[in-house]
Amino acid sequence: MRYSGLRVIKEALTGHKGWKPAWRDPEPQSSYDYIIIGGGGHGLATAYYLAKEYGKSRIAVLEKGWIGGGNVGRNTTIIRSNYLLDGNEPFYEYSLKLWEGLEQELNYNAMVSQRGILNLIHTDAQRDAFTRRGNAMILNGADAEMLSVDQIKARYPFLNFDDARFPIKGGLAQHRGGTVRHDAVAWGYARAADSLGVDIIQNCEVTGFRIENGSCLGVETSRGFIGGTKVASCVAGSSSRLMSKANMRLPIESTVLQAFVTEGLKPVLPGVITYGAGHFYCSQSDKGGLVFGGDPDGYNSYAQRGNLPVVEDVCESGMALIPALGRARLLRMWGGIMDMSMDGSPIIDRTDINGLYFNGGWCYGGFKATPASGMCYAHLLATDAPHEFATAYRFDRFRRGYMIDEKGMGAQPNLH
Amino acid sequence: MIINHPLLGPRDAQEFTFLGDASLIDRPDWEAENAAEQFYEYAYLRDNPAGLHRELWFHETGDRSWLVVTRNTLTHEITDVEMASDVARSKGRSK
Repeated sequence: MRYSGLRVIKEALTGHKGWKPAWRDPEPQSSYDYIIIGGGGHGLATAYYLAKEYGKSRIAVLEKGWIGGGNVGRNTTIIRSNYLLDGNEPFYEYSLKLWEGLEQELNYNAMVSQRGILNLIHTDAQRDAFTRRGNAMILNGADAEMLSVDQIKARYPFLNFDDARFPIKGGLAQHRGGTVRHDAVAWGYARAADSLGVDIIQNCEVTGFRIENGSCLGVETSRGFIGGTKVASCVAGSSSRLMSKANMRLPIESTVLQAFVTEGLKPVLPGVITYGAGHFYCSQSDKGGLVFGGDPDGYNSYAQRGNLPVVEDVCESGMALIPALGRARLLRMWGGIMDMSMDGSPIIDRTDINGLYFNGGWCYGGFKATPASGMCYAHLLATDAPHEFATAYRFDRFRRGYMIDEKGMGAQPNLH
Repeated sequence: MIINHPLLGPRDAQEFTFLGDASLIDRPDWEAENAAEQFYEYAYLRDNPAGLHRELWFHETGDRSWLVVTRNTLTHEITDVEMASDVARSKGRSK
């Protein structure tokens, strides 16, 4: 069923009796050509592009709980491509271009809103670093503009411009950045993949891999064995847990990242802003809540809830940037589990086990990467060669010394 | 989280900084035949378990001692705290 404005009007006049479930609820078959483990944004996008762009069939997405119940439902919905390094920037710019056409492609209102993202500058050294970053973005075909204090004041008059310690001295803007309705991304990809014949199997937990003579033959699940020619892990946050079932150790630690949303307010924050003196980012959702977050908790965790010191730290940063934030009441806060890789960049690669593939290590940047991650992973699964924009995301970059270390932190996952 | 320091008693985890898996104590021998491979695994690969995790915490704003904390990554419950120097000595590493 195609969604359209006309369809909404027709259904409204006929008692909304014509709507059908957006995807089927099939029983798992005994085997598939492609098994994607993880029904989040990346897994569903991978299934969709495998079917749509690479013409593959006999595809299943296995999800332990319900689709979209993990990190695609727990992020702060920001999309952007303001990266510096060669291994990253082309990939994220490709992702942003896919976001721009996503709703027409999927026939689904994902509320892609290119309201712009602004990284604030507080020191001269930061201005130099952000100018360099902006130039790297432009060289890779993205948009970037350095804004003056007056330009920022015109759009965000309520910021704390004259702070004694960290005055605002300018900002790096990417006008094509913005926000997307995060759940709708999972639902849109699920519906589109399902209509191309992909089996989305929920409540189906992978409990082990069947590996013989160095080849993966399928997965043991809570609903029985399912054979698979190519098995693809796509469970960022739980990658180490899943891959340990194949006796793999990963260059990843799991960390909890908290996010916060206030009560609904009238429109006050037109775009996404990030604080340059502390770690704080904020946007306003279409329902009016201010959505914000900051640093991860910084220790290994699978708990999906954080601790109070980081709550205090994030709120202090927010108050330092937007003093008016103190007048808003916090409505909800939650935590999501991040795959923190050793260099802060992701992995999309084959493994040493034939037929077993890996996508993970997204740190806290996975949401914006969803379309490109799906496309590049689908390319790898379909062709056994890396996509041109994901050639750097290899497992062996750590062994070979080719890390993609955006922050220059080294092997300190809790600092990326 | 409260970390029960073996010398100082219960201290707020905010006083500490986190390094990571306590296996970082087991620094490989740089003269070993396969030192490059061992250092690759040492520096980059982690068990990253869901459940009990032995990990290094540094009492940065306290007595600046290193601790080995056994903590459940599913609940954040801390079940054991040892001085990292004791752990290292028991492995014959520290003098």
